[in-house]
Amino acid sequence: MAEVKTTREVVMNRAAIAAVFVALIVMLTPIYWIASTAFKPRSLATTAPPTVFFEPTLTPFAKLFVRRSQMREPVDQETYDAAPWWEQLIYDDGESVVRNRRSGEITPSGYWDRYKNSLIISIISTFLAVSMGTLTAYGFSRFKVKGENDWLFFILSTRMLPPVVVAIPMFLMYRAVGLHDTHLGLIILYTAFNLSFSVWIMKGFIDEIPREYEEAALVDGYTRLQAFIKIVLPEALTGIAATAVFCFIIAWNEYAFALMMTNRNAQTAPPYIPSQVGSGLPDWSVIAAGAFLFLLPVAIFTFLLRNHLLRGMSFGAIRK
Amino acid sequence: MARIELNNIEKFFGSVQVLKNVSLTIEDGEFVVMLGQSGCGKTTMLRAIAGLETVSSGTITIDGREVQDLKAADRDIAFVFQSFSLYPHMTVEENIAFPLRAVRSSKADRVAEVKEVAKFLGIERLLPRRPSALSGGDMQRVAIGRALVRRPQALLMDEPIGALDAKLREQMRAEIKRLHIARNSTSVYVTHDQVEAMSLADRIVVMHDGVLQQVGAPNEVYLHPANLFVAQFVGSPVMNIADVAVEGSGTDALLRVGRSEGFRVPTATVSHLNGSPAKLGIRPEAVLLSREPGEGFETETTNVEPLGSHDIVDVRVGDETLRARCDSGFARGDGEKVWVTLDPARAHFFDAQTGQSLRRTA
Ligand SMILES: Nc1ncnc2c1ncn2[C@@H]1O[C@H](COP(=O)(O)OP(=O)(O)OP(=O)(O)O)[C@@H](O)[C@H]1O
Ligand SMILES: [Mg+2]
Repeated sequence: MAEVKTTREVVMNRAAIAAVFVALIVMLTPIYWIASTAFKPRSLATTAPPTVFFEPTLTPFAKLFVRRSQMREPVDQETYDAAPWWEQLIYDDGESVVRNRRSGEITPSGYWDRYKNSLIISIISTFLAVSMGTLTAYGFSRFKVKGENDWLFFILSTRMLPPVVVAIPMFLMYRAVGLHDTHLGLIILYTAFNLSFSVWIMKGFIDEIPREYEEAALVDGYTRLQAFIKIVLPEALTGIAATAVFCFIIAWNEYAFALMMTNRNAQTAPPYIPSQVGSGLPDWSVIAAGAFLFLLPVAIFTFLLRNHLLRGMSFGAIRK
Repeated sequence: MARIELNNIEKFFGSVQVLKNVSLTIEDGEFVVMLGQSGCGKTTMLRAIAGLETVSSGTITIDGREVQDLKAADRDIAFVFQSFSLYPHMTVEENIAFPLRAVRSSKADRVAEVKEVAKFLGIERLLPRRPSALSGGDMQRVAIGRALVRRPQALLMDEPIGALDAKLREQMRAEIKRLHIARNSTSVYVTHDQVEAMSLADRIVVMHDGVLQQVGAPNEVYLHPANLFVAQFVGSPVMNIADVAVEGSGTDALLRVGRSEGFRVPTATVSHLNGSPAKLGIRPEAVLLSREPGEGFETETTNVEPLGSHDIVDVRVGDETLRARCDSGFARGDGEKVWVTLDPARAHFFDAQTGQSLRRTA
């Protein structure tokens, strides 16, 4: 059906499209930069002006995962031919892999361990924050809680202080109780940090679910817990997805506390990646490869939940 | 099926008393309609029976078993809500089967039971759909199906068709009646629509401000309202209420309505009033108008509402206005001369202070 539009509407429409386009460029340029640098050979990573057309290579990714050293003399042909393709890429670049003196095994770089730490800590803390937040929100939404508003304000107030303000006391306490540089330490920290957010967002969503849904289940012979699981959870899925994405992004990207509270064992990727800049002459394409891989989980997670998110973001705006 | 007894139920929300000493017995297989204005406590009453609300004092028994302290799940009662009653994330079939899954019946049984109920309600073709793809009437049919599938002891319905449009309401009303006759389930039905109440109920319970005003068959409530509230709440158009003074003795008494000339009525119909101040209640169909001079006195029309099947004509009687129900086309406009009389047999009198009906004893 053809729509009739006034000139004004056409102009407004074009302006909106232009604004979206500009915003898109501003937001996508850094991502393009990181992604393209990650596939550039080292020699092209820092050219001025930047190289736009180049033959993509996986060398930066090969280098990212192993410890390397500068080669003094070229590798002999026999070793080169016997090496797997990714090791050959490293030799091609004039570097060699560092092997364990005794076993001869390749020593990995710290990247994968830090990445794993990031995954473990972010996923567990997101799960905890969202599940505890959902239960708390349900309680506040459905039951009479004495001083309900005061409690909710208190929960919110934990987010009012800039986290850095409490960093030093937190650091000292963590050291004292042995949570320093442990996975558990960061999980607790991120869960606590995300919990207030999770409670508030989930309360909004659960308030929107009519009580009659659960009450119908209660009359039909279900317990409150069953009603919660069978009725409230499915209905709140959109909100849970939206909250989970936000919590995950915050935990995944957290830098300051990760830097301060960990040094090896439980260190996450955000403090690790920039620390590679400092060791010797920075290899920017390797750092870009690390940053690029670091972007992926959030991108994938958000993509998987996109349908829920769209509905979740506009919640309250649309009434059925 | 079951008999439900409410004894001296009181319910407070904080300091606000919503139910005041409510006692009521609902017989096995009876269809009771609670009728009252918005906010009078109908829903609270129903929720208390279902166990969704605790009562502050009083007892509720179902078939002799005290249930006021039992959880909703243990009372074996079904509830149809006014809205929001279907789960959007389940199909119609899953919605109807949901109560059966609580009692862990086998899958084959469930499918059979759902089929049967769906067939009974004529909603078989809707089974695979989602609630969002249903019309309002179908949604409530499904909600009723979900309530019936478990064969509960009693069926509670809170304005189940209140959100539908007028035509559909009429149709659903007939369906609910048919359903009750077929299943004969003990039913409590809440509405603020008196037509719905009159057409469905075995007995009507009129409620006002948390107090039961009158309990009785639809006819009885209509013909013998217990007080001014019931008199004005039941019936459309509303019953005429006017200050009245009774004069005279002998065989005829004079009913002076609004300081008019007065209507001559047999003394026997008003003798029980003993001359105390009273209010007259008279339904529009008992206000008789005539173009020919006769009994009563002459007055003029002030307003005519043509309603198709009949007209509602307002006439001045002293300083009051009475509404009369006339054949359509009786009066053409304002200011027409007519003769007005009242049918004394259908006149009601109420105590001017308490509003209680003053009925003739004997
Ligand atoms: N949970 C509650 N807390 C406090 N007050 C309540 C609560 N539920 C109901 N009330 C009050 O109790 C009174 C009766 O409410 P109820 O819902 O029973 O009325 P109703 O007769 O069903 O009205 P309607 O026809 O509008 O549905 C109202 O004044 C209402 O404000
Ligand atoms: Mg109600």
